[in-house]
Amino acid sequence: MTVYYSEDHEWIEVEGDLGTVGITDYAQGQLGDITFVDLPQEGAKVAKGDSVAVVDSVKAASDVYTPVSGEVAEINEALADEPELVNSDAEVGGWLFRVTLSDPSELEELMDEAAYKKFVAGL
Amino acid sequence: MRYLPLTPADRSSMLETIGASSVDELFCDVPEAARLTGPIEGLPMHASEMAVERHLSALAAKNLNAGSAPFFLGAGAYRHHVPASVDHLIQRGEFLTAYTPYQPEIAQGTLQVLFEFQTQVAALFGTDIANASMYDGSTACWEAILMAARVTRKGKSVLSGGLHPHYGEVVRTMAKFTRDDIVSLAPELTAEADDAAVIAAIDDGTASVVVQYPDILGRIPDLAAIAEAAHAKGALLIAVVTEPVALGLLEAPGHLGADIVVGEGQSLGVGLQFGGPYLGLFGCREKFVRQMPGRLCGETVDAEGKRGFVLTLSTREQHIRREKATSNICTNSGLCALAFSIHMSLLGGEGLSQLAAINHDRAQALVARLTQIPGVSALSEAYFNEVTLVLSRDAREVVRDLADRGVLGGVSLGRLFPELDGLHKGLLVTATETVTDADIETFATELAAVLEGVAA
Amino acid sequence: MSGVNTAGWRPSMNSAEGGVSVPETQSGDHALMLEEPLIFELGCEGQTGVDFDAPAKAVSPALAKFRRKAAPAVPGLSEPEAVRHYTRLSRQNYGIDLGPFPLGSCTMKHNPRLNEKMARLPGFADVHPLQPQKTVEGALEVIEQLADWLITLTGMASVAMSPKAGAHGELCGLLCIRAALDARGETRDVVLVPESAHGTNPATAAFAGFKVETIPATPEGRVDLAALKAKLGPDVAGVMITNPNTCGLFEPEMKAIADAVHAAGGYVYCDGANFNAIVGRVRPGDLGVDAMHINLHKTFSTPHGGGGPGAGPVVLSEALAPYAPLPFVARGEDGHVHLVEEENRGEGHARAFGRMVAFHGQMGMFTRALAYILSHGADGLKQVAEDAVLNANYVLRSLEDVLQAPFGKSGPCMHEALFSDAGLPEGFTTLDIAKGLIDEGFHPMTVYFPLVVKGAMLIEPTETESKPGLDRFIASMRNLAQRAREEDASLHSAPHFAPRRRLDETRAARKPVLVWKADARA
Repeated sequence: MTVYYSEDHEWIEVEGDLGTVGITDYAQGQLGDITFVDLPQEGAKVAKGDSVAVVDSVKAASDVYTPVSGEVAEINEALADEPELVNSDAEVGGWLFRVTLSDPSELEELMDEAAYKKFVAGL
Repeated sequence: MRYLPLTPADRSSMLETIGASSVDELFCDVPEAARLTGPIEGLPMHASEMAVERHLSALAAKNLNAGSAPFFLGAGAYRHHVPASVDHLIQRGEFLTAYTPYQPEIAQGTLQVLFEFQTQVAALFGTDIANASMYDGSTACWEAILMAARVTRKGKSVLSGGLHPHYGEVVRTMAKFTRDDIVSLAPELTAEADDAAVIAAIDDGTASVVVQYPDILGRIPDLAAIAEAAHAKGALLIAVVTEPVALGLLEAPGHLGADIVVGEGQSLGVGLQFGGPYLGLFGCREKFVRQMPGRLCGETVDAEGKRGFVLTLSTREQHIRREKATSNICTNSGLCALAFSIHMSLLGGEGLSQLAAINHDRAQALVARLTQIPGVSALSEAYFNEVTLVLSRDAREVVRDLADRGVLGGVSLGRLFPELDGLHKGLLVTATETVTDADIETFATELAAVLEGVAA
Repeated sequence: MSGVNTAGWRPSMNSAEGGVSVPETQSGDHALMLEEPLIFELGCEGQTGVDFDAPAKAVSPALAKFRRKAAPAVPGLSEPEAVRHYTRLSRQNYGIDLGPFPLGSCTMKHNPRLNEKMARLPGFADVHPLQPQKTVEGALEVIEQLADWLITLTGMASVAMSPKAGAHGELCGLLCIRAALDARGETRDVVLVPESAHGTNPATAAFAGFKVETIPATPEGRVDLAALKAKLGPDVAGVMITNPNTCGLFEPEMKAIADAVHAAGGYVYCDGANFNAIVGRVRPGDLGVDAMHINLHKTFSTPHGGGGPGAGPVVLSEALAPYAPLPFVARGEDGHVHLVEEENRGEGHARAFGRMVAFHGQMGMFTRALAYILSHGADGLKQVAEDAVLNANYVLRSLEDVLQAPFGKSGPCMHEALFSDAGLPEGFTTLDIAKGLIDEGFHPMTVYFPLVVKGAMLIEPTETESKPGLDRFIASMRNLAQRAREEDASLHSAPHFAPRRRLDETRAARKPVLVWKADARA
């Protein structure tokens, strides 16, 4: 089980060919209070870099880009009632959706935790 | 000039503060070739209040206003009596000269009114929620079609032939550019609304079905049957109400299965005003809230825990979402919504029902009298305050002849549907509470004379 | 001396009640600061404030199956209750009538009451949009006369009067462009929009089916002409430019921009939201503009009404004029004005792209705008622009030593002065200054817009503020900047004296409560 990070502040935790995607704790901190999360439909085919979800705060709506291509296998239903999970638990309970990876080699273009920390520190 | 407070002395002292020698210097970024030196030629100079009033009063006097003649027009704009207190209250400067309530701490008046308005509209329409109003009924109708496409992720919309033709034109105009697929049914002079044709046109690709209630010919469609057929194909029913007073008497569209209800709110509080400004009403199911267009006001609390109201869910809107917004609309029809809400508060639910019953009563009296004239028949038996009369000849000329005799005798279907020859003998007439027995008698006498070809 | 002081009051007694603590009032109200419940909470079941002439007779049996089971569940108020409810609510609002309302790009100028009186003449207020034309010639005259003024003031060829608001006007302009391209048999689908643009511009372009591409701004706050030229090509339908722009600056390269766009086969849309700054001084038609909406509620003083109704007629160049939507008012060869609609579109308006509204547009606003324009005349309107620009520059130069003015060195501003919170101590923001202004008795400026300036404060005083009024505003602004500089933490919780403190917008958005429910507070 490995976690990767994108420059758009998404994380993806991969187990076999299934990836769980969310936004990073750094990202939620930048967005402020999350009020709503618009998630993709299960079964949707997505390509790396597509805007597949939207995270709303009071004054902003931020697109979430999928860091990998594949098919949406599951979405986090709990966020419908508790969008604040993305604030309080961004990298565990506040996950957004799961994707069945179609091209695991795409993971190679992402950062590991150390690289992401360095990336954020440089912002 | 009475609207400009700066004195010549102010201007020179301000220029000194700024460090400019003349006002012209402040316009230095304007290319010299485009700079105008004197007032634009060929236009009049400033005028006194009295002179302006004289000029505009003379223009106003050239119009025959509804209150000065027996008046029977409807077709999407209705003449109702508006209580005097409505116009007094909307002219309070704190309402009239306020901006959109983006600073809620000093805009609770506007915001609370919007919250009350949304609740009133939802109750009237029988929907879970409503927005803070839109430009008018026709634009609200188009916005509803777009919203249904977002919700269903399908692109086709079926328009009943009973939809106001101007609304249909607005929809077709917009759809031409967005490339949405619009199926428009043509109206016919039948006693019943075109429910069967609407239902037959629904297929799996249909996102929405748009049905006016009562329809443009005054007939009342069976919304429940259409809703059932639409839902069976995964489509949404959009009900369009151009005369909200009708809902004092008729079942609310939301209670009959309509998923989105839109309408024109002008009947309450606003007046005819030659077509605008009016206000679009928009209600729908709560689960569609994030797909809704237009401003929304929501309840919350302030830092001390006191209840207050704010504009909310603004991430749907253009100023945040830019090209991804649900709509480019960035205003509501605030002052008209205030007028609507005050009138509705004065009426109350019971008052609205009484008003509706009186309207219906007047229309029945009108139909009973006019159908005594040879060559005049009513299209349908079930109508609210508006009904189509079928005449022995083209109604367009009849309307013009009636106007020559001082009677504003309805709207000809030929004007509304110039391309449909089969409708040209139709005359749409409306009677609200403002119509007297004497008005009806005058109308009947003059209509009989016009149809008999008696010279005025 | 005026007799015996029976009340026993002395001026010295005013000071802090001599240590006596003042209890909260029983009602929760504070003299003229009055709370007001919702109409649903006033306890008015079954009441009504409207009397009818005669009760209705029977409802037709044909309607039986359509009847509503229960009357709409909304309360009725007697007239005195209604007047009091709305009057009390009105007092929780700030309006131009109460004081300066310096919202940048919104042009909150005085709303003359003559306009209101004219719009209420029965000959305008009580006519139906579908009356026979010969019974509404005066109303059509109003539309035509206003149209004529707008055309002349902008130096354009024609005007589409029906759009209901600025954003609707933008849409109208872009649809004219689409129709013109269609007529040329071209499918250009990109619209260029500067990054400083109001969010409505890209939203409108997308709504009209175009792809939006952004043009950067120069460090001086202007459109980057070279970047724009680099993007021009056979796929570009046109540009949308705001001039004067949202930084309050005139685009000096406007003509060059227009020439480049035209040379590449595109059209120039100008957002006319800021026309107030140049009316009577510059005609957009002379700068190469093809379409521009005019917010009658900004430049021409029709009331904002707490968020509409607006009105957004669109002036058009020769190239776009044929495509303007129906209905259309035109003056015939006989000197009479007449209405062109679907029935007679063949008479000179066959290429109209369609229809945008049910009737003729915002007639009530046309009457008000015409009353305003006639009052000012050509000379007065020129003075409007000059005084608006003078007032804004006065504010700019009176505050730039205490607040950072990002383009203060770019020369004079137009009708609005732009500042930012960049120079304030860590943790002190534009929001603090804005909320502090509320306590000072002013409406805040536009905040956090334009987006190209972080922490933007956009101040548009308009020409209807007097110099003493501006001086009071400037004094309050200087005081607030000083308090921020001294890190006065009480600014973070401002306003303290408004009818409400800061409101919890997160709560409102997470679990939206949009209608009142009887059991919600049970």
